[in-house]
Amino acid sequence: MAPAPPSSVPPSRLPGVLTPRPPAPPRGQGAIVVTGACGRLGKHVVRALHRERRVIAVDRRAFRDKPKDVSHEQVDIRRKKLKDIFRCEAIEAVVHLGVMHDPRASQAEHHSWNVAGFQKLLNYVAQFHVPKLIVLSSANVYGPQPDNAQFLSEETPLLGGARFSEIRDLIEVDILAQSFFWKHPETETVILRPVHILGTVHNAASNFMRLPTIPTLLGFDPMVQVIHESDVVRAIVRALTPEKRGIYNLSGPDPLPLSHIVKLLGKPSIPIPYSVGKAILKRLWALRLTNFPAPELDHIRYVCMVDDSRARTELGYLPHVSITDTVRSVNQESW
Amino acid sequence: MSDKLGEDFAERLARVPLNLTATGVDEFGLDPRWARYTLTSLAFLHRNYFRTEVFGTEHIPQGRVLLVANHSGQIPMDGALIGACLFMDVEPPRFLRAMVEKWTQTLPFVSLFFSRVGQVVGVPENAKRLLERDEALLVFPEGARGISKSFDQRYKLVDFGLGFMRLALETGTPIVPVAVIGAEEQYVSLGNFDTLAKLLHMPVMPILPQLLLPFGALPLPTRYRIYFGEPMHFTGDPDDDDSALEEKVFAVKAMVQSMVNRGLEARKSVFF
Repeated sequence: MAPAPPSSVPPSRLPGVLTPRPPAPPRGQGAIVVTGACGRLGKHVVRALHRERRVIAVDRRAFRDKPKDVSHEQVDIRRKKLKDIFRCEAIEAVVHLGVMHDPRASQAEHHSWNVAGFQKLLNYVAQFHVPKLIVLSSANVYGPQPDNAQFLSEETPLLGGARFSEIRDLIEVDILAQSFFWKHPETETVILRPVHILGTVHNAASNFMRLPTIPTLLGFDPMVQVIHESDVVRAIVRALTPEKRGIYNLSGPDPLPLSHIVKLLGKPSIPIPYSVGKAILKRLWALRLTNFPAPELDHIRYVCMVDDSRARTELGYLPHVSITDTVRSVNQESW
Repeated sequence: MSDKLGEDFAERLARVPLNLTATGVDEFGLDPRWARYTLTSLAFLHRNYFRTEVFGTEHIPQGRVLLVANHSGQIPMDGALIGACLFMDVEPPRFLRAMVEKWTQTLPFVSLFFSRVGQVVGVPENAKRLLERDEALLVFPEGARGISKSFDQRYKLVDFGLGFMRLALETGTPIVPVAVIGAEEQYVSLGNFDTLAKLLHMPVMPILPQLLLPFGALPLPTRYRIYFGEPMHFTGDPDDDDSALEEKVFAVKAMVQSMVNRGLEARKSVFF
């Protein structure tokens, strides 16, 4: 987009000039900012919302096959330009999906994007009195531990970084959102902590299931929970309902042992002793032959499952996709 | 070997209250197919090796129940045999759920096996969830100190933890006291290697001279006697002071100890 000539700058963008913004539409119809909108999950969220609401997609990546009525702001959330989006029109909700989960990215970049960028976003939400904020965290913030309860409640301490320090900034994002929840009661903050999301999305869990042969740990077969991306989108839409606020775990259909997932996928698997697997994975990681860091092995060793009864009763969330379809969706390109 | 179960396994299994998910396990990982193999081998131990005598099965209520037993015998055979009783001798048959040490979750195969036969990690949240689903839950409030008693301390109950009482009060669960006689003599322990246990990150490391004998790793074929007592009902605030809870816990401990003492008096021989 070419830079607009100075004369067309709306008066509200000029420093020091205070003009009333156009009045906000009634709750439930206002504009929604979606960060990380060009990711696979983000696109699904945008598509689920754009027919009924004005959607502003924020992502520094390009948005191919963007629906026509969606405006895309190609900005880095750490830049000042983000503020203009809030200044120009009344925003009713911010859906923050733009959390970086790239184990190969540098720690500094990861931290500055996830923590500093999110902090900026939070400042604008507070400053412009956005009535709703939805943050997509993850059940991984609890972390797989040998002494985990079978189903972790939302009050469980976030120990995911204890054995896997690289995800500490994801926990920090969750905690920042929690403190925002308390500091700014005028904004309805919703933190969603879904279990492993499957579908067209690319994350550690779905990439693991796309491997031609699935490695498992000899003598370990933990119960796991998975959720289909469309169910996550459904939960986000539910969370947009006025008056809903709080922290919600999200799980998909019934939990199942990892071995049943392998069976449902119809793929061969090889069991490897933990110590051998860890040593091999460390080597492969150092040689850049794999994108799975060794501490992630704990996910196929210990349970990290959540109790999502709060989301089911308070948000009215219910997974629609069956367990078979959820697991097999990793091999499909769309839904 | 399935004739050891007394009647067709499938028929008994059909009467066990189970909540299975779409893929045929329950949410804690219990798989009836695994339970079948396990119970079949347990049936041999229960009927032929230890020749368990069971008393008072009529005291086990339907619905949620907390079984509180004395812990003994170096290996948790007492828990396994109480589980066998609940499936083979109690009507309607039940699957026993027990709490296992967190440490076992780090062991390959062991953690898998425990999960598939319905044993859960010993944290209060799991226990509460199981009782709310009306399961039969076994606890050994003596913990690891109980199972590793040396031979001179046999059948002397060590202090009970308070956790089970909080759980019973919170969920309104009746407590059935259980006395297990015969486990203390299956391994003769002279004491514990505390430093070695610490070194190997194990809870205890008993000194068992019989391991030096041929087939000494097998427990001695003592005769087990399992007594189920009348259900005890408690009411009160689960978040009460420890001192208030201790009184109630003491009542349970005294009941288990007296059942153990009576069982020992009635016993003519350790092996027959």
